[in-house]
Amino acid sequence: MNRIDNCFEQLKAQGRKALIAFITAGDPDLDTTEKTVLKMYDCGADIIELGVPFSDPVAEGVTIQKASIRSLKGGTNLNKIFDTVVKIREQTDKPLMLMMYINTIFGYGTERFFRNCQIAGIDGVIVPDVPYEERDETQEYAEKYGIITVNLVAPTSHDRIKEIASHSKGFLYCVSSTGVTGVRSDYSTDFDEFFGLIKENASCPYAVGFGISGPEQAKKMSSYCDGVIIGSAIVGIMEEHGANSEKPVGEFITSVRTALDSD
Amino acid sequence: MGKVGRYGEYGGQYIPETVMNAVHELEEAYDRYKNDPEFKAELAELYRTYAGRPSLLYYADKMTKDLGGCKIYLKREDLNHTGAHKINNVLGQLLLAKKMGKKRIIAETGAGQHGVATATVCALMGLQCCVYMGSTDVERQSLNVYRMKLLGSEVVSVDSGTATLKDAINEAFRDWTTNIETTFYCIGSAVGPHPYPEMVRDFQKVIGEEIRAQLMEREGKLPDCVVACVGGGSNSIGTFYDFINESSVRLIGAEAAGLGIDTDKHAATISKGTTGIFHGMKSVFLQDEFGQIAPVYSISAGLDYPGIGPEHAQLWKTGRAEYVAITDEEAVQAFEYLSRTEGIIPAIESSHAVAAALKIAPTMGKDQIMVINISGRGDKDVYSVARYRGVHLEN
Repeated sequence: MNRIDNCFEQLKAQGRKALIAFITAGDPDLDTTEKTVLKMYDCGADIIELGVPFSDPVAEGVTIQKASIRSLKGGTNLNKIFDTVVKIREQTDKPLMLMMYINTIFGYGTERFFRNCQIAGIDGVIVPDVPYEERDETQEYAEKYGIITVNLVAPTSHDRIKEIASHSKGFLYCVSSTGVTGVRSDYSTDFDEFFGLIKENASCPYAVGFGISGPEQAKKMSSYCDGVIIGSAIVGIMEEHGANSEKPVGEFITSVRTALDSD
Repeated sequence: MGKVGRYGEYGGQYIPETVMNAVHELEEAYDRYKNDPEFKAELAELYRTYAGRPSLLYYADKMTKDLGGCKIYLKREDLNHTGAHKINNVLGQLLLAKKMGKKRIIAETGAGQHGVATATVCALMGLQCCVYMGSTDVERQSLNVYRMKLLGSEVVSVDSGTATLKDAINEAFRDWTTNIETTFYCIGSAVGPHPYPEMVRDFQKVIGEEIRAQLMEREGKLPDCVVACVGGGSNSIGTFYDFINESSVRLIGAEAAGLGIDTDKHAATISKGTTGIFHGMKSVFLQDEFGQIAPVYSISAGLDYPGIGPEHAQLWKTGRAEYVAITDEEAVQAFEYLSRTEGIIPAIESSHAVAAALKIAPTMGKDQIMVINISGRGDKDVYSVARYRGVHLEN
């Protein structure tokens, strides 16, 4: 069984919600990435998404854009990220994913990419600029090498939700609101309606992301679904602390974990 | 829920889920209105009374004699209202936006011509306008920035990345993702997710259609060759489209070689690019081995783009169209040549097409005909050409 499915099954048995954490790989360097990932698992993150930096991340807000630039300036590339994944995989058996733009897969070679995911121990990928209609771009090789590709739905998806949610694997990524990544103070989405449709149709667990800033918001949003995804808030801490991010990121993850597990 | 908008392997809709429904709405609206007689009549009327179409097809007698090869005609898109071909597309898209009930328009711009056209038509139609422009371009095209503001548009200077056209598109895209329910994104070139490449081409194909009709009237035959500059490729696809099925007509695109295609300062996508997926489309892009989009350079802000529209990629792949790379120096020489020879100052973008023509025309027979699309006028480029020539003008 894939580590992601396994993870959600265990969490469900324990009555807990998944904490899915994102950082940009290579921000500010890959040694920091390795240490921070392991620390986040220790502090209660269930799944970690490593962002592969891209020159033109059109779905990202300023925080992750800047992290991509820092990473690329440091010479990060996909081969080096796979090396880091191998090192992380030697030390943990928790689910590890890549979040990346399609051109970084396509440019690398789609089959080569998924084969290396399998070899390195990546469980799934999230590609925000490949919508459901274009899934053939990754599907064949993802399946061949046993890598889950995560579907996304957004509040603007409306009648698309049914088909997308019912054909999802691993977990369904529910985008909380319109706009790019980045923390938000409030949402205008009608969550009862949005998650109502998702619940009715989802063929796998579903988690919410985009804009979740901290423990309180995470707790609130987790009531709608099986997990929460936090990215920019963590990347913001890394922007401030750089290579010394392990401790403050760990404390942040602990605070979110505690909130999620509280009654 | 299937794949749409393909030109061979190129094209498609590689965009975040958040904007998919809006793109589908646009697709439906466009499919509905593109053959609607009332819409077509309204657009034709705007072309005639507001843009000043049909644009002239001018016989460049001195240039023809000077080069000693084929007969040369210039398609004068520079004479359109706002000074470039961009108005053709903007009138079409914003008429559609009005039909769709959209009140807020966003656009990206490189040289500023598309931004000015969008700001102009927004003023005409009473729409709110916001134009994204790379800060490098804001600096080198300050006249157009002022024009946009004069027309009532907000201009947002974009500092991210290379601070040029691609970054302006990124930022416009982020705005669109955020304000998707209220906002219409008026893309200025034949790029982006389907239906944009098709829609922009359809609104620009009037260029080629007029060339055909005007030349039939003047010469009683088709051109042997049409030449246009290519950044994303809207004026060129508009010039080429009516002739794609006429195998006797050579289609020549001139892309920007900057300081030379063997340097790292160029924007010659076809000469040096590889297949990739970016800005919503599969096409040809300048990128590294890891799929990172390359920084590009050209003296021409309008050609300073690391990709090309998907239909051009397919025309190139099938060999139907030829693409040549023109350096800054060649373009500036052509800019000066056309100014002195015909009294027409072409945009620095269009000067790339003129430069390609200067090379090709002498190799053609005297009974043959070449049409060069002068996609825009060069007033906006006078400062940067002067600077290139080491002349300091009071700004």
